Amino acid sequence: MKKAEFSVRGSDTLHAFAWGSATASVLVIGIVIGSRGLKDFDPALVSYAGASVLAAFGLGYRYAMWLRRPPTRLYWRRGWQVFLQPRRLPANIAHLGRIFLDNFVMQRFIEKRSSLRWTAHWFLAWGCLLAAAITFPLSFGWVRFETARDSQEIYKAFMFGFPVGSFRLGTPIAELTFNILDIAAVMVLIGVFFALWRRSRDHGAMSVQQFANDLLPLIMLFAISITGLFLTASTHLMHGLHYVFLSQLHAITVILTLLYLPFGKFFHIFQRPAQLAIDFYKRAGIEGEQAICVRCAQPYGSKMQMEDLKTLQEMLCIKYQLADGTHYQDVCPACRRKNLALAQDGLWKSLGTDVRGR
Amino acid sequence: MSESAFFIDHSRCIGCQSCVQACAECDTHRGVSMIHLETIQRSDSVQTAPQVCMHCEDPICARVCPADAIKKTPDGVVQSSLKPRCIGCSNCVVSCPFGVPKYSAQIDQMMKCDMCYDRSSIGKKPMCASVCPSGALTYTTMEEIQRTRSGIPINTWRFGEEIVKTKVYVMVPREVERIDVSLVQISGTPSPLAADPYDVALMLEGAQ
Repeated sequence: MKKAEFSVRGSDTLHAFAWGSATASVLVIGIVIGSRGLKDFDPALVSYAGASVLAAFGLGYRYAMWLRRPPTRLYWRRGWQVFLQPRRLPANIAHLGRIFLDNFVMQRFIEKRSSLRWTAHWFLAWGCLLAAAITFPLSFGWVRFETARDSQEIYKAFMFGFPVGSFRLGTPIAELTFNILDIAAVMVLIGVFFALWRRSRDHGAMSVQQFANDLLPLIMLFAISITGLFLTASTHLMHGLHYVFLSQLHAITVILTLLYLPFGKFFHIFQRPAQLAIDFYKRAGIEGEQAICVRCAQPYGSKMQMEDLKTLQEMLCIKYQLADGTHYQDVCPACRRKNLALAQDGLWKSLGTDVRGR
Repeated sequence: MSESAFFIDHSRCIGCQSCVQACAECDTHRGVSMIHLETIQRSDSVQTAPQVCMHCEDPICARVCPADAIKKTPDGVVQSSLKPRCIGCSNCVVSCPFGVPKYSAQIDQMMKCDMCYDRSSIGKKPMCASVCPSGALTYTTMEEIQRTRSGIPINTWRFGEEIVKTKVYVMVPREVERIDVSLVQISGTPSPLAADPYDVALMLEGAQ
């Protein structure tokens, strides 16, 4: 699909490059400090850490470029302004908890679109988040495990070098810890199955889906999950057969996905929290003064949003001022539609054209 | 023969609602009708007007979208917002010069007419145009529309100083090159009688 018009200036690229570099630098510093000067860093996972740093650069770059778009920048600022208003802040924090649970944890807005879509997305999202919560800290040397000095049967967990717990081998907690990535992989595979099922049967989805944007991410997640499960199968079922090859194959799938992260569909993971900010903006709009349509004299939205839109339209060189001194932004959508029909009809009338024979 | 295009003639609309019903049959937004059918002013006029997405060349809805969620297909059809991106701000709803996008609070997403992309992308007519009995909504070739109508199709609009070109055409008299939109009010002949509180037309008008 063609991208909406937005001219990228050289300064935008430089700005985004700087943010990308800063994000990557923060991660590198975080890795060095969090792994206690790389003492806890596992060299076997260096390729994952390196790809994560590149992904961090890409995410910083893309996010900064996204925020350079005038509407994004405007509403990003307005969202924070509304959220941080001192008199609203306590209520906003309480509301944030509610919408976080609804929109992020349960993803109810997707459930209302379709239960099949929700099932697919919920398993994909939580499978990926679970895997990320394990993989990234391990790759960065923030979390490590070691056996206790006095017993080979006890495993101790450390976070940033501090002991955070221990467990005995063979206990349920040990099994859960050692197999949590397998659980995540199964969750992702369930999500991929439902997503592909929907995409292969829903005619509407089939007509608008694109390989690079809609199918490739599913293929990548499938590849990561299945190669991850192959490693477990190789260890437990095949006496380590082809383990080295499989681990390299798994690493390649993960690294490619990390590099795709900032530039493909997965970027919505970072973009989506804006939905929470807009929720506060809309609540403030409902509580505030309403815009009144100049044609029908009925309220049709928040005055704050209409004023912001006029500012935005100026930035985007959208010139909606009408000849009679009114502003087209002050006309409600229903009146716009009625007005268009009357304008078209009026052309026939003004030219004295007989309706018959048209 | 050229490719088919979409043509609207608002003044041919008879308000039968066929388009509204057929629109909901489209696979890309199953069960939800995306077309608008406006009653202009029930107490003074029987006129109704259908409004589909005009599929602007440079869509204002996409330009004002903070989430960069509205995209055009290579063949110029402006799609509903991308589900993973749309944050439900309604900027597109209140910015579209034609008043087309609809915001669904239930799913927190903007949806709009996508010219029945599951059909039109494979050469079939959009649902609304396939059922319209009066020719207010027509999907045909340029040659055919010029052969069968006395007016001409145009796709250039002016809203204030904003010039908008669209993929969808509107039928106008031959002398017209562009529709300059200004606010048009419709008002009936003032009644010598006091307003009737049981006037059904007024009640319906108020209920809109």
